Amino acid sequence: MPNIKLRTENILEVSNPKMRISWKTIVHQKQLIFMSFPFLLYILLFSYAPLWGWLTAFQSYTPAKGIFEQQWVGFKQFEFLFTDERFIRMLRNTIAMSVINLVLSFVTAIILALLLNELKNMLFKRTIQTISYLPHFLSWVIVASIVQTCLSTEGGIVNEVLMKLHIIDAPILWLSKGEYFWGVIGAANVWKEVGWNTIIYLAAIAAIDPALYEAAEIDGANRFHKMRYITLQGIRPTIMVLLIMSIGNILNSGFEAQYLLRNGMVLDWSDTIDIFVLRYGIGNGNYSLGTAAGIFKSIANIILLLMANYTAKKIGEERLI
Amino acid sequence: MIKSIKRINIGDMAFNLFNTVFMLLLAVVTLYPFINTIAVSFNDGMDTIRGGIYLWPRVFSLQNYKAVFITGTVFNAFFISVARTVLATVLNIFFTTMLAYTLSRREYVFRKFITVVFVMTMYFNAGIIPNYLLIRDLHLMNNFLVYVVPSLVAAFNLIVIRTYIRTLPDSLAESAKIDGAGDFRIFMQIIFPLCMPVLATVALFVAVGSWNSWFDTFLYCSGRQELSTLQYELMKLLASATQTNNNPAMANAVGVDAQTARNLVTPISIRAAITIVASTPILLVYPFLQKHFVVGLSVGSVKE
Repeated sequence: MPNIKLRTENILEVSNPKMRISWKTIVHQKQLIFMSFPFLLYILLFSYAPLWGWLTAFQSYTPAKGIFEQQWVGFKQFEFLFTDERFIRMLRNTIAMSVINLVLSFVTAIILALLLNELKNMLFKRTIQTISYLPHFLSWVIVASIVQTCLSTEGGIVNEVLMKLHIIDAPILWLSKGEYFWGVIGAANVWKEVGWNTIIYLAAIAAIDPALYEAAEIDGANRFHKMRYITLQGIRPTIMVLLIMSIGNILNSGFEAQYLLRNGMVLDWSDTIDIFVLRYGIGNGNYSLGTAAGIFKSIANIILLLMANYTAKKIGEERLI
Repeated sequence: MIKSIKRINIGDMAFNLFNTVFMLLLAVVTLYPFINTIAVSFNDGMDTIRGGIYLWPRVFSLQNYKAVFITGTVFNAFFISVARTVLATVLNIFFTTMLAYTLSRREYVFRKFITVVFVMTMYFNAGIIPNYLLIRDLHLMNNFLVYVVPSLVAAFNLIVIRTYIRTLPDSLAESAKIDGAGDFRIFMQIIFPLCMPVLATVALFVAVGSWNSWFDTFLYCSGRQELSTLQYELMKLLASATQTNNNPAMANAVGVDAQTARNLVTPISIRAAITIVASTPILLVYPFLQKHFVVGLSVGSVKE
């Protein structure tokens, strides 16, 4: 693994103050303009133009009319959302599963990275790494299919192993009990991504100055001291940056796995905001309500991101923005 | 002194032993479900129902794969999946690198503005419904282009490639400029060929994303069977499996004719075979690109 430092350069870069947009520079840079403006128009169309669609959240949208001919209803859709028991339940599910996933994925990836770093045989380490990346490249459809097979009550490997070990007496219906659903999603997520999530930590570990370990050794530190006080401290900035980014995504992380693994018996536990948008927005043709739920999610995400960033700044940690 | 060294060594050895065992366990947990799926896919369908297939097939049979490929739907879906992946990857790489090149030129006057417009898109998303309405208004519903056009340039890949171009020596472009080459020529003949290491990784990410997606088919193209993709066919099988357990009618969901379904193959075997077909192409490629992953990922935690 190449020895790279976590880049903290400025994405936007400080622009050259002498640079002015004038007719002369435009003519001079016409090739650059030809090579970039089509993409500017492209992104404006595909990422910015849909924001007009947010207006539908303040309307009672019917597909037959244009967006300005609709009936305006103000915040009625939002009021409806927050008095709707189903939406509150889906909000709860989204937050619960996101928090579970966040905690599990951070803890497991950091532990695995620390343990991988302690492997001395490079070939063995590489092999384990390659194997651990495998599930990341499988689609959620395939992972859901695998989870279903493994958790099956008829010869599913999880139930069989638990019964062989006499931890349980009868097969458990993992996917039919709402109480297990969050845990199943958390475990599936760890299985799929734990190896992949170690990549960035291992890169950060590789960037730690080896002299620190030597100095600690002279001072009598053992392996665990070094792991705890040097390696873990060394990757702390990385952990913080990734944590802030994940917190900004906390309402985003619930669709594919939940949609593919849910069934009629666990809907109260499995459905998330995105599934709500899909079911009531597109499924029932209630575009306004679906859009309102989507807007709530986007805005809540940005607020969470800014809050996490602000907190990190306050406590003197590495931050994103 | 000697005593203390010995004690440390024993502690170390215990730790190494534990660590090795742990890693082997991890490898088993990761690989087992996959190996089991391979075994089921090569096992006789009726025999699989009896259970007890673990690491290798008991009654070897190619019937499942035959059933998958003789039915037009799955074969067609495979073709659509390949087409969308190849097209999306090629166009993505070319366009993103071209834009990244312009944004790497320090003298370019619109550089900062365009960068901001793209970076902003990493932090917000209009949402499912506004995007759905846009696709509908652009007449991309039930159209093959919907697999390629909406994701031609992604901000994240753009930053990754631009950061890489920045590491190339400026003198390359400068000397070509003195020799009279325009920016497009510099990009095509000098910069693009030099970007191959980073493009290998970005291409893998784009290809995996395109190959693995089923939601766009589900949302935009479910009205036309001939535009269905492999992942979506698998998703339909999965969905019918959650509704009704072990119903032979499930096999019909992918168009396996009733006779074949009754006699030779079962939904579980068909699902296993499609899973293997859908995952093999990527699994054959990724180990060779492993050493480049870190470059692509580390930019993800760039500070703005």
